[in-house]
Amino acid sequence: MTTDSQKNDDRKAWMGVLARAKPDALAALMPADQPDHVLLRAPEIGSVMVRGRVGATGAPFNLGEVTVTRCALRLACGTVGHGHVQGRNRDHARQAALIDALMQTDRAEAIRTQVLHPLAQTEQAARHARAAKAAATKVEFFTLVRGEDK
Amino acid sequence: MYVAVKGGERAIDNAHAFLAEERRGDTSVAELSVAQIREQLRLAVNRVMAEGSLYDPDLAALAIKQARGDLIEAIFLIRAYRTTLPRFGASRPLDTAAMAVTRRVSATFKDAPGGQILGPTFDYTHRLLEFRLAADGVVPPAPTALATGDAVPHITGFLNRDGLIETDTPSDDIPPDLTREPMELPASRPLRLQALARGDEGFILSMAYSTQRGYGRTHAFVGELRIGTVEVEMDIPELGFAVCIGEVEVTECETVNQFKGSKTEPPQFTRGYGLTFGQTERKAIAMSLVDRALRWKELGEDNTGAPAQDEEFVLMHADNVQATGFLEHIKLPHYVDFQSELELIRKLRAEAMSALQKEAAE
Amino acid sequence: MTTDTLMGGFTDPARQSASAFRACLTALSRPGHIQALSFATPPAPMSVAAGGLALTLLDGTTPVFLAGALDGASVRDWLTFHTGAPLVGASDATFAFGTYADLLPLDRFAIGTPEYPDRAATLVIEVPSLETRGAHLTGPGIKDHAFLSLPAIAPFQANHALFPLGFDAFLTCGDRIAGLPRSTIVRDV
Repeated sequence: MTTDSQKNDDRKAWMGVLARAKPDALAALMPADQPDHVLLRAPEIGSVMVRGRVGATGAPFNLGEVTVTRCALRLACGTVGHGHVQGRNRDHARQAALIDALMQTDRAEAIRTQVLHPLAQTEQAARHARAAKAAATKVEFFTLVRGEDK
Repeated sequence: MYVAVKGGERAIDNAHAFLAEERRGDTSVAELSVAQIREQLRLAVNRVMAEGSLYDPDLAALAIKQARGDLIEAIFLIRAYRTTLPRFGASRPLDTAAMAVTRRVSATFKDAPGGQILGPTFDYTHRLLEFRLAADGVVPPAPTALATGDAVPHITGFLNRDGLIETDTPSDDIPPDLTREPMELPASRPLRLQALARGDEGFILSMAYSTQRGYGRTHAFVGELRIGTVEVEMDIPELGFAVCIGEVEVTECETVNQFKGSKTEPPQFTRGYGLTFGQTERKAIAMSLVDRALRWKELGEDNTGAPAQDEEFVLMHADNVQATGFLEHIKLPHYVDFQSELELIRKLRAEAMSALQKEAAE
Repeated sequence: MTTDTLMGGFTDPARQSASAFRACLTALSRPGHIQALSFATPPAPMSVAAGGLALTLLDGTTPVFLAGALDGASVRDWLTFHTGAPLVGASDATFAFGTYADLLPLDRFAIGTPEYPDRAATLVIEVPSLETRGAHLTGPGIKDHAFLSLPAIAPFQANHALFPLGFDAFLTCGDRIAGLPRSTIVRDV
């Protein structure tokens, strides 16, 4: 049995993958048979104020904004999907909302395999590649043995 | 007297056309694309995002192209565009401890867990022009090593455990926002950090340098400098939970400053903090030095009268869009103002002359 | 949150919000002139006009107070989804929605400060009928005089006496809206 909080964690995870995905990558993976849907909130471009913390751990402060596009839609069966994605690509937000909706239907497993897994893998691969290049610049200190310690 | 002038409209239109042509430059040279600017002039893009206070690399690149590389003009364009966007809300504070770091160095601890990661830095280059770049741009792939994926904890956390450094008490207060409410002085530290984060790199750099040269006496070490990407999370009311809405690259700098103690605080290390969008390391370090210098009052230190300790001076002059707006407006027509000055001068001269004549006559 | 509360927003946000803003602006700058504002379809019991005003003027920085029957799950959810405005108590609100009786007493709403008279509340009062007769209005934006059916006289006279402080009000009825800024002088006839 899955609890509400597990369901939310699962949904949080896929919404994050969709938000961080490159718009083109998501567009290329969209299923051919896209269900009819009604836009509850047409794709809308706006911003979100990004906050940091004083000294990384203290009180919040406003760092600056980031562009975000959001969209909400409803499938014929009544399922509602939300998309909040970085950048200013309306299709990206609409497609993210559509995948979010489909992930709550019986097509979830197919969508997970066809759309979310490849996106997550691409993201992981890019992260690993960057981390590996950073790792190659890690300094290895050698402590030189001083004469009198011999 | 009112001087009405007509006929400027055609001149302005033609000036815009001339500007567009100059922007394009020699048409026998290939045109620069926005994507090229975004990828190959990334540090300029980062500066425009940091000081424009809007994270969007494509927009920043476009602004740089439109501004012909004038970064302050590009920042101006980004600030203007930003005002047209509806704001959906505010993110949860970034968790910079969870940063995917591409660079992380400490000047205070050699053996910090997570290691010293140099990343794509200019630090050890010889500052010799590479004429090879003028010939071709083929770059061999960067070497890789096994990334352990281990956590990279904040270095100042280690000093914290021994109580040797002041702690920043976490809170969830809603911070003031100078883009919505006019800045009120004295400013809280969150308000100061917002102003510094969007402040001019050159100005913040000079202020920070002045503290190093003795104006404010805050001898600083870079406790930690880290650059990397962090996820941005926002609470979505209709969902009832927070979701990741994207990822931003940031530079974070924590300085550690010697502190002899005061009437209110024991001797310990104190901290300065810098956080900026993108890989903007000079700015982040400078920001943390200026942040620390501005904290003299809350730490019970003496005001030495140094410019960097003067909150009004620093915060009111840090913004390059405000500064350039006021500075550059004086080149625009002031015919009426000047006419009145002219008449005043003439009147004063006439008075002075007649006084002289009177004196001579007596 | 049900899907019904997610419907009823602007279908053409750019044009409709501009047009709705013009209706609100005209209503407030021409007291006694009734404007049509018909794009939104908020859940009952919020009127179409009040819903349109909400979609146009509210966002995450405008705390809202909902009075009486309006303070139900459907209107709350609708406002949250479409505007992001936080819901607060009467004294913290920059916008307050309700019938006249539910909004009473009116002196609990913010009237601004001498330094910032703009930090005052705007009341959006749902009225059963809205006609250009009744109370006698004069003041800025009114040529000679105008008439408007007000739910009461004395509280709006008291509010005007606070000028330049005081709240501003809109009256909404179905898809029609009228404005009553603090600058308007109200007299009984």
